Formats: sequence, C-alpha cells, structure tokens
Amino acid sequence: MLETFILIPGRTTDQGCGVSEGKFKAKYQTAVNSLQVAPGDMERLGLSEGDRVRLTGEEGQSVEVCITAAKKEELPEGLLFIAYGDISSQLMTGDTHGSGMPTSKGMEVTMELLQKATS
Amino acid sequence: MTSSDYIKISQGLVYDPLHGIDGEVRDIWILDGRIIDPPTDLAIRPSRTIDASGLVVMPGGIDMHCHIAGPKVNVARKMRPEEKRRGEQMPRTDITHSGSLGSVPSTFATGYKYAAMGYTTAFDAAIPPLGARHAHEEFEDTPCIDKGFYVLMGNNHYVMQSLMKKEPQKLKAFIGWLLASTKGFAPKLVNPGGVEVWKSKRAGNVSGLDTLVDHFDVTPRQIIKGVAQAAAELGLPHPVHIHCNNLGMPGNWETTLETMRALEGHRGHITHIQFHSYGGGAGDENTFNSKAIQLAEYVNANPNITIDVGQVLFGETTSMTGDGPLGYFLSKVYGGKWFSSDTEMESGCGITPIKYRNKSLVHSLQWAIGLEWYLLVKDPWRVVMSTDHPNGGSFLAYPQIIRFLMDRTYRRDILKTCPPEILQRSSLWDIDREYTLNEIAIITRAGPAKILGLKNKGHLGAGADADITIYTPHENKEIMFEMPRVVIKSGRIIVEQGEIRETLIGKTLHVQPNYDQAVESDIQEWFEKYYSIRWRNYPVDLSYLVESCVIPTL
Amino acid sequence: MTYAATQVYAPTPSVPGELKVIQDATCTFCGCVCDDIELTVKDDHIIEAKRACVLGKAWFLNHSIEDRPSCMVDGKPATLEQGYDRAAEILTHGKYPIVYGLSDSPCEAQRVAVSIVDWIKGTIDTTTSVCHGPSGMAFQGVGEVTCSLGEVANRGDLIMFWGSNPAESHPRHFTKYSLMPKGMFLPNGRKDRTCVLVDVRKTKSAKAADIFIQIKPKRDFEALWTLRALAKGIELDPDLVQRETGVEFSVWTDLMDRMKACKFGVIFFGMGLTMTRGKHANSEAILALTRDMNEHTRFVAKPNRGHGNVTGADNVVSWRTGYPFGVNHSRGYPRFNPGEYTTSDTLANREADCGMTIACDPMANFSQPAREHLASIPFIALDTKETPTTRVAAVAFTVATYGINTGGTVYRMDDVPIPLRPAFPSPHPSDYDVLTEIEKRVKKILGVTHV
Repeated sequence: MLETFILIPGRTTDQGCGVSEGKFKAKYQTAVNSLQVAPGDMERLGLSEGDRVRLTGEEGQSVEVCITAAKKEELPEGLLFIAYGDISSQLMTGDTHGSGMPTSKGMEVTMELLQKATS
Repeated sequence: MTSSDYIKISQGLVYDPLHGIDGEVRDIWILDGRIIDPPTDLAIRPSRTIDASGLVVMPGGIDMHCHIAGPKVNVARKMRPEEKRRGEQMPRTDITHSGSLGSVPSTFATGYKYAAMGYTTAFDAAIPPLGARHAHEEFEDTPCIDKGFYVLMGNNHYVMQSLMKKEPQKLKAFIGWLLASTKGFAPKLVNPGGVEVWKSKRAGNVSGLDTLVDHFDVTPRQIIKGVAQAAAELGLPHPVHIHCNNLGMPGNWETTLETMRALEGHRGHITHIQFHSYGGGAGDENTFNSKAIQLAEYVNANPNITIDVGQVLFGETTSMTGDGPLGYFLSKVYGGKWFSSDTEMESGCGITPIKYRNKSLVHSLQWAIGLEWYLLVKDPWRVVMSTDHPNGGSFLAYPQIIRFLMDRTYRRDILKTCPPEILQRSSLWDIDREYTLNEIAIITRAGPAKILGLKNKGHLGAGADADITIYTPHENKEIMFEMPRVVIKSGRIIVEQGEIRETLIGKTLHVQPNYDQAVESDIQEWFEKYYSIRWRNYPVDLSYLVESCVIPTL
Repeated sequence: MTYAATQVYAPTPSVPGELKVIQDATCTFCGCVCDDIELTVKDDHIIEAKRACVLGKAWFLNHSIEDRPSCMVDGKPATLEQGYDRAAEILTHGKYPIVYGLSDSPCEAQRVAVSIVDWIKGTIDTTTSVCHGPSGMAFQGVGEVTCSLGEVANRGDLIMFWGSNPAESHPRHFTKYSLMPKGMFLPNGRKDRTCVLVDVRKTKSAKAADIFIQIKPKRDFEALWTLRALAKGIELDPDLVQRETGVEFSVWTDLMDRMKACKFGVIFFGMGLTMTRGKHANSEAILALTRDMNEHTRFVAKPNRGHGNVTGADNVVSWRTGYPFGVNHSRGYPRFNPGEYTTSDTLANREADCGMTIACDPMANFSQPAREHLASIPFIALDTKETPTTRVAAVAFTVATYGINTGGTVYRMDDVPIPLRPAFPSPHPSDYDVLTEIEKRVKKILGVTHV
C-alpha cells in the first residue's frame, strides 16, 4: 500500500533565474527536475539523495523524477515540493472545475522507489 | 474626399445659442474639419450636400461630467460581468470593433454610443494623477469623440501640505505642474479632505467644511478656497470642479451652500449638485426632502457658480466615485459587492452596484430634485445636463431627460407612479416650465462649451470644430434625441441614422498653464520621499496623446 | 491605429565598446515592476543591473540578441513576410482560434492582439487564467478593498502573506514595498510593523516574518472562514478548528486580535490560494475577510501578480471587451466564461483548432491533455527565446524583449502604469511589430476596413 503525499509545486529562485537563462539550459532543467522530500520521510521510507521515484496522481498520471532532501524545517512530512515545470505540469489533470485553473498545488500522489541513486 | 472639399448642410433649422440663432433656416459650410462662413465666391461648389430641410441642426453634444476611462472605470467594467450577459450586445462590423454595454460600456462601445447619440465631446470627471497614463491609453481606444479629464487634487498631499504651510505660490505652481504632467484639463476636488481621513481610520470622513484633516491640519474649506484661487490665477479655462463633502446625506444642502460660499467669489463648478441638495435630519430618511429651491436661489444670485445636475434615472446602475468613504457607505446601504482602492498621496475610490426604484421615496425624491434643478436655475448657461454617468444613470438616458424637461405632462405622469409623500417633499409637481429647444441646446452644448472654456465647440460659427448633430424633429423628444439623422465629427460624417459610417480617434484636450518652474525642485523632493515610482516615470509624455489640442489659458 | 507610446523612450543604438547607462529602467520579470533599475550597457549586453534582485539581474543579463532567425515556419528559417502570411492564413482558417498569453508584452502589443481576436472572432485569454484568474472571479463576486503599493509602505503596520513566497517570487517585495520602507506614518520602518506568514510549508519568506503559521494543505478556505467567524464574533468549536486547519484555535484568536488592533492591515496572497483545492472560493474568502475587517479598522488585500505585465493584460482586455480574461468572440461580440473560454479548457477539451501564443510557454506549464492538443493544432508562437512552445509552433517568431529592446507601457501589480526604458535595440521585431503585420493581413483576408 503506497503512501499518499501532497505535492506542492512552486516558484523557486533557481527556476525563476533559469527561465531567463533559457529553459533548455542547466539551471532551469536542474531546478524543475528535482523533487524535494522531507528528511523524516526519506529516512522512514529508506530513501536517499538522488534516488529515482515514480509519482502517480489520482487519475493515473505518472512521472519519474529524482529526489533531494528538503531542509529539515522547511518541508513538513507528508508534503513534497518541486519547482514549476514539466514534471509538475504532467501531474496536473485537464479538469479546471469550471474555474479555468487546473489544480496545480496540493495534488495527491503516491510515491514509489524506482531506482537507487548510483553514488 | 480631399481637404479642399467643401461640405454644405443645407436649409436646416439651426440652433446656435452662442450666436443667438434660435431655430432659423440657414446653411452651414464646412472645410477642413471646421465650420466656415459661406464662401463669397459663388463658383465654389460643395462636394457633398446634406439636405437638412425640416431637420434640426445643433452643435455636437458635450458631456462635461462622466466616468468613462481610467483605473476605477476599468475596475467597474471587470466587476460587473453579470450585467452584460443579457440585453443588447455590440457585435463587430467591418469598420467597428465589438464591445460590451451595461452600465459601464467598454471603450469602443463608449465612443460609438456617444457618437450615435450625437455627442462629440466628453470629459472624464475624476482621474488620479498616478493613473493618468491609463486614462490616456483608454482614451486612445475611445473613438469618435474628443475628450479630456479632470485631475483629482482634493486629497493630494502636496496640496494639503502647501495649504498647511500657507504657501499659496507653491500650491499654484503644483497645480500647473500636475496638469502639465498628467495632460489633464482641470482641478477636481472630490470630498476634499474626506478621503484622506478615510485612509487613516476606520469609516473615516469629514463631517463639514471646518473639520480638520488629520496630520495635515487643513480644512475642506481651505482646500476649496485655495484651489479655486490658484485655478483663477493660473487662468485655467475651466475652474475648480467640486464634488462637495457629505454627498447623499440628508441635511447636506448646508454643506453645499457653505462650499459655494467658500469660493469667495472665485469661479467654481459644483458637480452633480442633485446629490448635494437634501434637507432633513442626519441619517433620518423620514425627513429627507428637497432643498433645490434654496440652493438654486444662491446659484441664481451668484454668477461665479456653474453646476451640472447629476440626474438620477430609475433602474440599475453602478456607483463609482473618487469618494472612498461614500463607496463604503453605499455598499452597506445596498449590501452588494464593494471595491475600494486608496492611491498613495493622491486619492481614493469606491465602486458598488446600486439601483434606483421609483417606489422608494428617497430615490424618487432624488429623481425629482434633479429635474427641479434644471427648472429652477434661471440662466440656462449655468446649468448643465449630466447623469454623472453611470452614478445617476447611463449617458444614454440624456434623451429621456430632455423629454422630461420639455414635457411637463410626462414628468407628472412619472411623479404619479412615485410614493405620494413626494408631493410634500419636492416642488416638482408645481413647476410648469417647459424647456425650449434653444435651452436644450444650451444645457447640452453651448453652455458646457463656455463653462469649459472651449471656444471652438458648442457653436456653429466660423472657426468652430465641425462637430454637428442633425435631428429629425419628433413630438416625443426622447425619440427625437435618441437617434440623430446625421452626426458629423471634425467635418466627417461618422454616423447616419444610428449606424457608424466612419470612425476616428478624436483629440485629447488638455491645458498647459504657465507656472513657476522653480518650484519643481521642491515638488521633486516631496515626491521622492514617499511615492513608490520614480520621478521621471510619473509624467505622461505627449506621445501618449495620438491627437491632441492644448486649450489656452484665459 | 498608431500606438505611439511604443516609441516613447526608444533605445538608442550602442556605440561599440562604450558603456551606456540607463536610469530609471523598469524590470518586468515579476509583478513588482521595479522602475528604479540602473542599467549599464555595453554593445548589446546589459552588464550590470543596479538595484535589481536576483531574478531581475538574471532577466537583464540574460537577454541580449538571440542568435536565432526572427522567423521559423514549420521548423525552418523563413522571411518575416512568409511568417506573417502564414500566420494570418492559420488564424483566419480555423473555426475556433485562440490567442493566449500576453503577460510579458507591453500594452501596446496587447491591444493589437485583442484587435486580431475581434476580427477573427476568436477567443482571447491571458496567463491570468492560470494565475490570479480565480482571484478575479472572486472579485467579481464580493469586490475588493485594496490600495497602491506606496500606501502599503506608508501605512501598513500589519503585513500578512497567505500562500505567497515573495522571497523567491518577488524578492524586492519586502524591501521596496511591504516590510522595510520608512513610511510617512511608519517612520521606524520594519520596527513599526508586524509580519505574519501563513503557508503549508516553511518557505524562505518565513525568515522575514514575526509569526509563521503552518496550516494543513488544502485547508486554506477553512482557515480563512475561521478568521471571518472570529471577525464577526461568531462562536466556534476550538477542536473542530484545530482538526480542520491543523492549527490551534488560540493561534487564530491571537491573529484576529492583532488584525483588529492594527491601524492598517494588509494581506498579500498568491498561488497558494488560487491553485489549490477551492481556487476562487479561497480568493473569495480572503477578499470577504478583508472587507469584513473594515468594520474594525482599515484593511486591504492585494494579489501578488506574477509577471511583469499580466496586470496590463487584465486592463487591456477589460477596457476593450469588458471582461478580464477568457473572452470568446465566436458570435461577433465578447462573452466571458472561465472554465469554458479559458485556455486550459479550450485546449484540454480539444476545442481550439488553431491559435497564437504570445509571451508564454503553455508547452512547459500546462496539463498533459492541454499540451497534447496544442501540439496537434497549427499555431503561431511569439517569444524572446526558444521554449518548448516555440519548438512545436507552425510559425515561431523570435521577438525583441520588452523593457530591454523595446518600449511601451506596463502595469505594476497594483495597477499603476509605468513606461519602459529599453537599453539597446534589437534586429528582431517586437511583439507589436509582429502583431501589427499579422493584423494587417488578417483584415485584408476578412475584408475588415476599420482604420
């Protein structure tokens, strides 16, 4: 039984600067392809820095992404954070609930380990 | 058509009050966008002749107080999608843009609707200087009419500071500088001092002309007198334009009287005076009554004062005002959505939907008081038609107001549908006077042109802008004025029988008074302390006005 | 149609090797729209951007002359004329054309875009629909009590942030507007203020706050409703509040006491409200709370707008159509319906059959169904750089950058209009140039003679 997490995509400084440098360049690509996990959750689930995981959303949409540890006080356990980009977009569904805005924060996802990081 | 093409309007019934022409059959000649004397060279033939036999010919209408552009108007547009869903839509054509209507039409719709109704000039009544650039952008998208705006100054920090420090020379220079920087037309006072108090405390406002405004220690009376005097010394073509304190309150007629006295003989224009003509006890609806007779007596006796009425029409509309505390008050009365925004150093605003019902004693009194004003002021050159669009109603209601003024039976019929108590509170029933076409031409054209100092508008003499409206006479004056036969703007036929034939951008009218430029360094020092944008980014460059005309000082 | 203002403060050509300084330049990366930037220009590079924050510096220093063709058609270099012709053809042949984006274009260009949509009877939408569109909808429901940013600096003594992380999204927000300034009525600056941050995670902005409240994700509505009840003196069950919001009841009562006691409270809010469960209901809650607080004291709310000219886009679309975003013209006149005419929907529902994206990147930021559909229809893209969107566009224009190469007008997040002072010219056409040329051709094809 996979645990459910709540994904919060958001703006980060690197992602913002990366937009200006160019979306195909390193700064942007690194920022938007890196999923932050709370250290307590990583420990509990036996995850390490750089592990590759699969996130699956409520309608079956899924992505693969590498993880990094969040700073201890910054991300509560049970939450995941990633900078806005292709990964977070893939987890949005087409439904805007009549508002024009797809649910872009607070998506419920399951997380499973795919591949341990090669050191 | 080349610029050497003459246009002739032939044999119309001409109404040109400035030149004493009251329904005489005459020809009007146009060349190069202006009216000219009929050419003496009989060999000259017009390339186009409009046969106006049996038709009424007037100068184009002038709306000298409406809210049609700028920050708060645009907020109101955005805020009322529900109004626009039903009712008349405005699809695009091959020569016109689409638009939306309701009580706050979109910019293209505003221009087209004014033009189709025979109006060729309109002035937005209240623009905050920080939003002047926005107003000019919207003006560029408001076609077919010439336009300008009044600049909010009554709660401006530099104005109040100069008054507090007793530095009238600085005040005068500031007003000149502000008008030049905003490319505006005249100084506007909205609830002078009151909006500043609103910003600083919960439900804040001033209660009368002698309330001291927090922090600045000046009174509304000082603001009114100071700005009126400065405007006169600067030779501004239109004087201080005043929305008095205490708008809408029972008993506020005394504030209005004091405001007129505070001018101390300087020229001053009291706007939408209907909303400021109420007798009665504070907050007590049961004593609400009309004091138009008393106030009109003062206006009649004091030629330095001009007014526009601010007519209320029954129906739903949107109230939008620079009077922040008023917006708050109205939102609590009506219980609807409420927008309020305070602009740093300068002004405020309030917007809320409102509805005037003929079954409400207060609303029907407001309606009646407006009509009383037109009928009680003796000199039609000093009273101007307005609805304070959209606050009292849409500018599209002007034909209906004309009918009320020219047909006492019609207005009495409407009075009969109001609560009978109205007969005790207003004198409207007893007034027999009916307006003539000449007087209508004055209060909608010639009068506002004069009050605004626009020498080339509001008349049909040589040199005037060729802004001309031709009407088909009709016994029902609402029908007559609703749909002109032909509307000419700057010498071009832009409307025929309600349909737009041609569009144009229209000129922005502004003033460039001489002022003491040495004061600018003091203004800059004040500006740079607390404004959140840069000094150099504040003034509006002339290139924002695609077509413009400077109206000279007196 | 001549929107002369694009030529106001046109950039002067650089003298090779010489340094040029531009004062009072305007940064348009985020909604702060700081207009006090001093740019040092060498040839066609900005080498220094004094006073710009980290995002602003990245913006100025990374935009020079793109070494890409100004126009690509079907992935191959083409002349501009070929691009304009093809663009007009695409836009006039579809049944349901959409135009989207605009938030990084000056108003003068936005106005041309709205014109085009009017002629082709298309749908225009801006990035507002995926940013503060929900707040716009909330405002249409309850209104908004707000003020300009200078007023916050002068009077705001209780500054709250809800679902917003200015430290990373609007880095100069605290220093320039909300926390640090010595205001007219707050002479001691930061010391005269209390800062409260409410969010689901402890962001970098929390360092600036005196009080940080971490709420349960997806429970912003409940938390705001709790505060509304407290403002109105309605009794609540403390345990229920704690369970629902994840925050002890006493924290909320303490916050409400502070809110009532302040002289001029300000709540800035962001995507943390609009993008999560509740969306416009969350925005409506915060706007209603602000309105309610005015029974106790002066209180205002402000959405933190993300991009440099998204506020301009709201204004332009509103004054021309009467509606702020999601505006359809299929019947020849404007109609408004978020959820139907907004781009996430017209794409995900596969309704749009052609389009144009201007200064935006839906192929990076939209849902998978929306992106799949966009990639399958012919569309034109205007952008300063290569993006996932330009890569799949039928016609892609590389345009000059507003505020760096071209001038015009932008609106700060508080609706204050500000002129741009560009630094150096670019051989690429501007948004305004491209759209004007496309409009000419569209009009010709459709028989529109409007001048």
